Amino acid sequence: MTLERKEQGPPPDRMTKTQEMVYELTVGEVMPPTMVTVAPGQTMAELRVLLRDNRLSGTPVVENGKLVGMISIEDLINALTDNAINAPIRERMKTKVECLYADELLVHCIAKFSKFGYRRYPVLNRNNELVGIVTKGSIVEGLLKKLEVEYEQSESKAALTRQRPTMRKFFEDVTADEISFAFKYNIAGQTLKDAGKAASELKNALKKLGVCPPLLRRIGVATYEAEINLASYTKGGVIRAQVEKWGVTVEAIDTGPGIPDVEKALQPGFSTAPDWVRELGFGAGMGLVNMNKCADEMNLRSSVPEGTHLTMQFYYTS
Amino acid sequence: MKLREIISLLHAEVLAGEDLINGIDVDRCYSADLMSDVLGRSHANGILITGITNPQAIRTADIADIQAVCVVRGKQPEAEAVALAKQKDLPLFITKMGMFEACGILYTNGLRGVAERQ
Repeated sequence: MTLERKEQGPPPDRMTKTQEMVYELTVGEVMPPTMVTVAPGQTMAELRVLLRDNRLSGTPVVENGKLVGMISIEDLINALTDNAINAPIRERMKTKVECLYADELLVHCIAKFSKFGYRRYPVLNRNNELVGIVTKGSIVEGLLKKLEVEYEQSESKAALTRQRPTMRKFFEDVTADEISFAFKYNIAGQTLKDAGKAASELKNALKKLGVCPPLLRRIGVATYEAEINLASYTKGGVIRAQVEKWGVTVEAIDTGPGIPDVEKALQPGFSTAPDWVRELGFGAGMGLVNMNKCADEMNLRSSVPEGTHLTMQFYYTS
Repeated sequence: MKLREIISLLHAEVLAGEDLINGIDVDRCYSADLMSDVLGRSHANGILITGITNPQAIRTADIADIQAVCVVRGKQPEAEAVALAKQKDLPLFITKMGMFEACGILYTNGLRGVAERQ
């Protein structure tokens, strides 16, 4: 099985960063700290002044601390057309309101924007009290702020390690018909005692070679899972890593007993783990799934009883 | 949330990395007994709460760049796990609270979970 990167257009690392952020940030985190509200008893004329002075296009309607509706500039225009500028807001507001919770992830919030098409959503806490309002503008602002913070952090980190060449730079600077670094780790089978040591050592070595932290993490996690599999299910084997100009290849090769049904082994949650593996916190049937997610490409070949050969490839992103 | 604050909220006892605790500030929490569930999540600035007492809990945290490990239900981590935590400069502490209670307290105080890796 071969998996290819499907991303197109913007640089893949930038893409992933923003995508990660919408899964990390909550609505509450991007919501502006203050908001303007109106009472249902106020008139549409008063609303006009309020919208103008605060440069708003809509606002929540609140009575006794509770959200009772939303009123927008569109409602104001309709009121003007109907000659109802002195009508109370209560009569002109929308009472069927879609809300968001402050602890909801931004990704849900964005989905709601495209589903309902409203321009703003009131934000509630879990006691259903109104705590703020969120617009597309606040999402963009929140993401930009977070990007800025992370950019500054990575800049200051970069300044600290400026003298250290990255892997890619190194390969640009040296010339040979073929250049690579090879690492080999022997993994004992049927014991988890030292499992993870090879992954940890490899991660350290790649760090010294200047591989960037997000890629280090992906390689570390995938190698660790591969190592756990060798230690849990096989008679033992080797982990090989090859660092080249374009990226890193990690292979896990064992001497048996092999996987009878590779398709099945790749299904999330499928596991043949014995109890001793489960007691140690593994064997949930997520190892290969995790490796697949971490690697840019993964290939699994297995035959019974000869053994299994897993190949994963990781591309440099910076 | 400051790691020091978490330790005091959980009435935890520090077994490794005492000198690192004041410099760590986290906002996320991984809680799992299955290490693959931890490895399957995206990266976040967080701690790991677990019932696993063997060195694999420390290995997992180290590989996934997690900032600290807390073992629940008063279980004593294996000596090898404590030694590994010290070697990896990873704060390790234990609390008598159960997983549910510990996570509940941290959630109430502002820590949040970690999204699945995409």
